[in-house]
Amino acid sequence: MSDVTGTNWTCYDAATMTAKEIYGRVLAEMSGEDERIVGVTADLAKSTAIAFFERERPERFVNVGIAEQNLMGVAAGLAKTGLIPFASTFATFASMRAAEQVRTDICYQNLPVKIIATHAGVSFGAAGTTHHCTEDLAIMRSFANMTVIAPADGIETANAVRACMDIDGPVYIRIGRGFDPPFHETEDYGFEIGRARTVHDGTDLCIITCGIGVLQSVEAARALAEQDGLSVRVINMHTIKPLDEEAVMAAVQDTRRILTVEEHNTMGGLGSAVGDVIAASGKGCAFRKLGFQDEYALVGYPEDLYAHYRLDADGIMDTVREMMQIEFEEDENWDDEV
Amino acid sequence: MPLNEQDRMMLLDTARGIRKDIVEITAWSGGAHIGGGLSVTDILTYLYFHEMNIRPDEPEWDDRDRLILSKGHSAVAYTAILARRGFYSFNLLKSFNKFGSPFGMHPDGSKIDGCDASTGSLGHGLPMAVGMALGARIRKKDFRTYVVLGDGEMNEGSNWEALMSAAHHKLSNLTVIVDRNRMMIDGPTEEVMAIEPLADKLAAFGMNVQNIDGHDFDDLAGAVDMAKSWTPGPTAIIANTVKGKGVDFMENEVPWHYGSVDSSLRDKALASIDAMYEGVLS
Repeated sequence: MSDVTGTNWTCYDAATMTAKEIYGRVLAEMSGEDERIVGVTADLAKSTAIAFFERERPERFVNVGIAEQNLMGVAAGLAKTGLIPFASTFATFASMRAAEQVRTDICYQNLPVKIIATHAGVSFGAAGTTHHCTEDLAIMRSFANMTVIAPADGIETANAVRACMDIDGPVYIRIGRGFDPPFHETEDYGFEIGRARTVHDGTDLCIITCGIGVLQSVEAARALAEQDGLSVRVINMHTIKPLDEEAVMAAVQDTRRILTVEEHNTMGGLGSAVGDVIAASGKGCAFRKLGFQDEYALVGYPEDLYAHYRLDADGIMDTVREMMQIEFEEDENWDDEV
Repeated sequence: MPLNEQDRMMLLDTARGIRKDIVEITAWSGGAHIGGGLSVTDILTYLYFHEMNIRPDEPEWDDRDRLILSKGHSAVAYTAILARRGFYSFNLLKSFNKFGSPFGMHPDGSKIDGCDASTGSLGHGLPMAVGMALGARIRKKDFRTYVVLGDGEMNEGSNWEALMSAAHHKLSNLTVIVDRNRMMIDGPTEEVMAIEPLADKLAAFGMNVQNIDGHDFDDLAGAVDMAKSWTPGPTAIIANTVKGKGVDFMENEVPWHYGSVDSSLRDKALASIDAMYEGVLS
């Protein structure tokens, strides 16, 4: 049993609820405690589940129709009057159709607009490339002032949605479309924006991941321990920006093998962010990125796509085994190179 | 409220000063969007010096009327007006365009007191203005939101998204003003990308449309007052203007969208402005 408690301590069953439904319900509850919260969408109230907020606070909800540029501009204008808008649409539209509005109207003006983007990655797999989004982390993290979060599951989504209120600026939270099995059993694990969490300990190799990759990576790590006697660390890097650089470098030092796993193009997302940190450190390590290798994904159910693109536990295990063939010498003096 | 003679003279005198400021800033800065700055001068002068409820000594006053200069390239006029209105010293504008200046070609609201939104990329102001007008309604505030657009800017699709939503949400606290100077960078609007019949299009999108002379303060007063009393929804004012207004050699000349002036052109420009107001102002 895993649940999410709302601000009023209502229990939501995270074992059956989608992340977006938990988002909508948590936001609806939060709205009772902070009058500045308003909701905005572009004809996707039901699909993004911000409709739970709409039902609770119709007077603080705006639907702009199918017009994402206007959605982000309106959100900026609302924020300019002292409100805290939560703007929800699909990740592909939030990050690309309205990219300039997000960058110029929201981020440049450093406004507290919280973009909760659903249907990220290939979670809407059958809909095809127009509705997949494997570019948003790269785009959003390149906007100065933006905080970028990819929660591991519905429970972490609840934590992120609450915690983003403490950020005095724009926040982008990407979640999926449908039901993903929850990784967390309780929300009380000390979620903190910008602080990575080691969710499985290990010293042979470290998987740094976010989103759906967290559960799959931990399952892979457990199986690798059992089948291969490998000790694999898994870090839930839920915050892509600002990145927890300390956690990355500790993993490099301890394991000398880093694998990133993300439901995103391997260019520009979590893997690139981690690679930047390692490159700047002057330290060497084996390094691989799992994700979409600069390609558009096939059509299909998400679980079939995760398997095909090696983003499931089996694919991750195979990649870890390949990486374990790479010989890396012990670093005798960690402090001597930088 | 209709203008009395004293108001009218004050506005004319202020606009004359602003036009000369625009020429000076253009000379200092090495180049500015002077043509559109001179076309929008009277619109902004009217709003800032007669209409808007603002407090220059308290720029972030919560109940102030808002204005977004969506045609952000007219910052040369806008920043001069905010200075003359008392938000900051006019001397600061000597840094216009220079390294580290708060004043670039397009206004940055985080650096300029009195500037309600950062603009420059066209088609962004109206959606933000819709958000501000909705924000006023949600917060039960009485302030009004004005947004000033270029006419070429009406090519941008985002404006029509915003107009649709302004009408749908019946935002009677929003006034849209189009600086209809009929020119864009590559030529006359009707040759580059025709926007006529603009009034019909705006009306079809649910606006209460008024067509006025954007250099006539009585026309501006009438249209803005009418917008305030129009309760069913938002108003769009097509303010017909002349690009480069006041400087005879710049008027209706496409190349003066952006330009620079040396000291002799500066003197000619200032003399032309004085000549335009001769007989109107003592």
